[in-house]
Amino acid sequence: MATKLPPTDAVVVGLGWAGAIIANQLVDAGLKVVGVERGPWRDTARDFNIASVTDELRYAQRQELMLRTAQNTITLRNNPTQTALPMRQWGSFHPGNGTGGAGNHWAGITFRFQPEEFRLKSHLEERYGADSIPDELSLQDWGTDWEEMEPHYDAFEKIAGTSGRAGQLASGRQEGGNPFEGVRSSDYPTPPLKQPYSPTLFAETAREMGYQPFPVPSSLVSEAYTNPLGVTMGPCTFCGFCTNYGCANYSKASAITTVLPALIRKENFEARTHCEVLKVTTDSDGRRATGIVYVDSAGRRWEQPAEIVVIAAFTFENVRLMLTSNIGEAYDPATRRGTTGRNYAYQTANNVQLFFDDKNFNPYIGAGAVGMGIDEFNNDNFDHAGLGFFGGGSTRVTPIGATPINARPTPPGTPRWGSNWKRATVDNYASTMTIGCEASNYSSPNNYLSLDPTYRDRLGRPLLRITFDFTENDLRMAQYVTEKTAEIARRMNPRQIVANPRTGPWDGRPYQSSHVVGGFVMGADPSNSSVNKHLQVWGVPNLFVVGASAFPQNPGYNPTGTVGALAFKAADGIVNHYLRNPGEMIST
Amino acid sequence: MKTLVGVTLALVPMAGWAASTEYQDIERGRYIGVLGDCAACHTANDDQPFAGGVPLETPFGTLIAPNITPDPATGLGRWSYEEFKAAMTEGVGKGGYHLYPAMPYPSYTLMHEKDIRDLWSFLQTVTPVENAIEANQLPFPFSIRSVMMGWNWLNFDERTFEPDPEQSDEINRGAYLVESLGHCGTCHTPRNFMGGEGSDKFAGATVEGWYAPNITPNAHVGIGSWSDDELVEYLQTGGNRYGFASGPMADEVHHSSQHWTEDDLYAVARYLLSGAGLDSSDWDREPPEPLPEDNPQVAAGSHIYFDRCSGCHTPNGGGEYGIFPQLASNPLVNGDNTTSLIRVVLAGSRPVATDAKPTAPAMPSFAWNLNDEEVASVLTFVRNSWGNAAPAVSAGEVADLREEMRGN
Amino acid sequence: MKHKDDDAAPGGLTRRQLLGSSAALLVGASGAASGLTFQGTPEWKPFDNVAVEPVDTEAEWQFFTDEEAATVEAIVERLIPADDLSMSGKDAGCAVFIDRQLAGAYGGYERLYMHGPFQDGTPEQGDQSALTPRQRYRLGLGALNDHCRNEHGAVFAELGEDQRDRLLAQLEDEEIQLDDIDTPIFFELVLKNTMEGFFADPIHGGNRDMVSWKMLGFPGARYDYRNYVERHNEDLGFEPVSIGGRPDWQTQG
Repeated sequence: MATKLPPTDAVVVGLGWAGAIIANQLVDAGLKVVGVERGPWRDTARDFNIASVTDELRYAQRQELMLRTAQNTITLRNNPTQTALPMRQWGSFHPGNGTGGAGNHWAGITFRFQPEEFRLKSHLEERYGADSIPDELSLQDWGTDWEEMEPHYDAFEKIAGTSGRAGQLASGRQEGGNPFEGVRSSDYPTPPLKQPYSPTLFAETAREMGYQPFPVPSSLVSEAYTNPLGVTMGPCTFCGFCTNYGCANYSKASAITTVLPALIRKENFEARTHCEVLKVTTDSDGRRATGIVYVDSAGRRWEQPAEIVVIAAFTFENVRLMLTSNIGEAYDPATRRGTTGRNYAYQTANNVQLFFDDKNFNPYIGAGAVGMGIDEFNNDNFDHAGLGFFGGGSTRVTPIGATPINARPTPPGTPRWGSNWKRATVDNYASTMTIGCEASNYSSPNNYLSLDPTYRDRLGRPLLRITFDFTENDLRMAQYVTEKTAEIARRMNPRQIVANPRTGPWDGRPYQSSHVVGGFVMGADPSNSSVNKHLQVWGVPNLFVVGASAFPQNPGYNPTGTVGALAFKAADGIVNHYLRNPGEMIST
Repeated sequence: MKTLVGVTLALVPMAGWAASTEYQDIERGRYIGVLGDCAACHTANDDQPFAGGVPLETPFGTLIAPNITPDPATGLGRWSYEEFKAAMTEGVGKGGYHLYPAMPYPSYTLMHEKDIRDLWSFLQTVTPVENAIEANQLPFPFSIRSVMMGWNWLNFDERTFEPDPEQSDEINRGAYLVESLGHCGTCHTPRNFMGGEGSDKFAGATVEGWYAPNITPNAHVGIGSWSDDELVEYLQTGGNRYGFASGPMADEVHHSSQHWTEDDLYAVARYLLSGAGLDSSDWDREPPEPLPEDNPQVAAGSHIYFDRCSGCHTPNGGGEYGIFPQLASNPLVNGDNTTSLIRVVLAGSRPVATDAKPTAPAMPSFAWNLNDEEVASVLTFVRNSWGNAAPAVSAGEVADLREEMRGN
Repeated sequence: MKHKDDDAAPGGLTRRQLLGSSAALLVGASGAASGLTFQGTPEWKPFDNVAVEPVDTEAEWQFFTDEEAATVEAIVERLIPADDLSMSGKDAGCAVFIDRQLAGAYGGYERLYMHGPFQDGTPEQGDQSALTPRQRYRLGLGALNDHCRNEHGAVFAELGEDQRDRLLAQLEDEEIQLDDIDTPIFFELVLKNTMEGFFADPIHGGNRDMVSWKMLGFPGARYDYRNYVERHNEDLGFEPVSIGGRPDWQTQG
């Protein structure tokens, strides 16, 4: 039995990027907000001490900053004929834990989605014909558009101090920026980072081939930056302990380095850590969320009543909470009815390795989001007529820092141990680089999230079950964009290239990307979406579910910029619309 | 506030003066309390302002600042204004017992009568809290309050503030704030063996395991290289490019100076930087020559600095404005007293977070990572690089402070 | 490995350290609040850090029996043989590393979801074994030596280098099926842990004198390449540094 706590105006579940941003906006609007976080309070100087954070074994191998699967995990299978089994050790993706969430150990790449993405289905039908989208895909529009999203992207970048070079401003095309981006209302808050050797070499070749390379937009700030909340960050030092690590010198944007220092000082806000939310409570007819129930580290259960409930956890937990709280109708792939769990999608990660003899890339110099990229083969930036697929990828070189337990590239056929292994390892360590192609993953009626019938978490709740495999569309796309990437690689004239297009079936073991999206998607139509464009749950007006769970499909970009923008969008919806007509669906 | 600059209110003391109930007097008294930083010692819990109860460590033992709310049984509820004034200006409490000079009555004695009255009026309006405090936690013989009679005879003059007619109103206002309400010398002036403020005014002193730095206009070890804007920025926001307020100064900024008016802050800055009130022979000294690069400690320290420190403080010691203090040409680094430097390297530190600077970027602890010799070497390197010059730090000093802090 | 002040206990907090409006409180059963609740900037606790204690490489085996230790040393000595590039995996401390890892939280998979039912799935569903690393080593090493005794009349550690190399290759290629444990589960774990020990920071017990980092040209636990990022295609000549430091940190003379 849960002990009932005094009510609050709003409760926000999860204090990563989305939760911290929304909590801050609501507090500034005068609401009293309680933030509830499953993991610990993270502090840069204590948790990411500059002398102890540089520990590859601890952070990359043993996954120190990630959610413990003992606390919660998922089950996985490629299709409904299989029995889903638990992911006992994180492989394919790396969910985070604690304040800042996965935003502490992310890479920092901060793209905006392109304007066409928000009306992808309409766009493709307009360009390629009404019947052009294959049946295996369930693409759809987002219910919003570029004009509505742009100010929120702008707000997020200003919070994060994102570094980069604008490609499109109101004044026109900007040399050296991404020509394919939507028109920006302002330039990046900080200039592009300096570039290591491998991205520089890639950009030179790409330019020679007629492509338009640009610095990868990065929320690793390039110079000391004070954001609109007054919080200051320091410049990135290219230490190479970035992705999978917390940042010791306040240069990687995260909720803990950009929002929480200001938020935690505000009187209307309090944070409760080590508290795991069990469910959203609703009134008898399910039309109103009454609050949440959570369990603290001592195992005691508490009910926190609230006028507004915001769920802003990672994609998996957002969807699981909706399923366990019976919010919306669970998706059934047989009938294709139901929206909760529908349109789960991922990322199609491809790469090409380049082995040189005469180069020293100093590959230990790097950062999660330093690099150069091109977008000629991303999304619908190229003509898909006759190609047999839609989508594409962001082609780029981003040396994240070659720490040696994991980053010891050798050509295929090299022994895995013994003197010959050692020789090859030494010969290739400094002279190998990789061009990645982070490609789209288009949703399908066969890919979805549901509750596992067998496996349960430590609190007795069903684990979330992922049923997922790459579609034919995505596998064809992977072959195409990887070949385009390999063309650039060959032009760079290495001794050997190895192309690694993503192939099926989806493998839960090797890390590919933490960009898990969908399952509680946004849209204009309650029959195929769970939330409206304000991230407000259809039929439960005081419940907002925010995060990448709202993406109807995943373009060839990293999701965090859009997660941040959606957080600002949801907060804007609550503050400027919902509070004027509480208890109603926002109609504008 | 401007109208009060330099004005001495010649009120005739009279028995039975009653607290004012005028809004403006009470509001002014609240601000006097902010200037005097009463809350630093008398407020343990922000939800119970002035209810006392925070232990204050002194070289002679622990004192606890009393409850100064109007609670009759445990606060000042039964005190008269005259008794309050005697405590503020003479160090004598109700009934004639002697206060310990942790209560800065040797500074408050300079207060204008009007300021004391308004402060009293304000304190009469705060919520009474029943919270009995035993202020005196000192060991014998310091526990004997009458010991303070002799101390006062040697160390204390009861007096009032006299403006210097040669100086501007602003400098005089600054002098009043610094010498009286701000009681800067309480921490920044070295104490003599009896705990009285000694002769090297503002030359820096150790307080509660921190070094309250030299605030004379000496450009090398004092604040002479700071502009008035930088000094005001420090007092108002808790930091400037040279550093962030930590330890007791963080408390001061948090409770007090971030809430001062800008006029008062500039008055303080210009007074301190003018050297008025100081004898220039006490602070106007030539800096020493830095230790050479081939000094073994400097050489070892340069490696440690590059491996562990430059990721924040930058390779050339320039720091990053607003987040990482500049170490180059930083007087806080050059002082003779290395207590705070050793302390922040060993234990780490979080500076004060203010509305203007909410980041509070903490220095991580290195006690687990650097041994005494390594801490001494890296500090010796920092103290003799990029325009700094100061004596080497010894491993013994580091060992002693490590031991002391552990024993705390 | 020198021993640092890794047990620096937080000193008692003084009033000044309990700074500002911070309040981190574990609330009792009052019902007023719950969990670890923060309002205001959490205070800095002196000495606060989450560093791990460096492994004592001189201590006795923490998990392995002497026979197991000898077997593991004989394996890592062949997976990473001594040659002109480096000392052997054995001399670099890989067995010590593995022993300490097994003795700690990793050895029991304490962080992992280890609830049943344990059932075989597709390879893509990942490791579904109910065995912890400690169990995998205990069973695997025992089975390997049983195999060696039966086939070669001696335990693994007593076999010659070439014979050990052949056996390891057979394990890798699944040409030998060990009793009691799935061979690839055992071999892949040993190979992974050996490489971890050889390339991880020396504070974990392997990579003695940063031997693998010197071999690769990996500079180790550094944090500032601002002045180097644009020096392309150039040997920068860094001496590696461990979390625990490097020789240049000591005062010379």
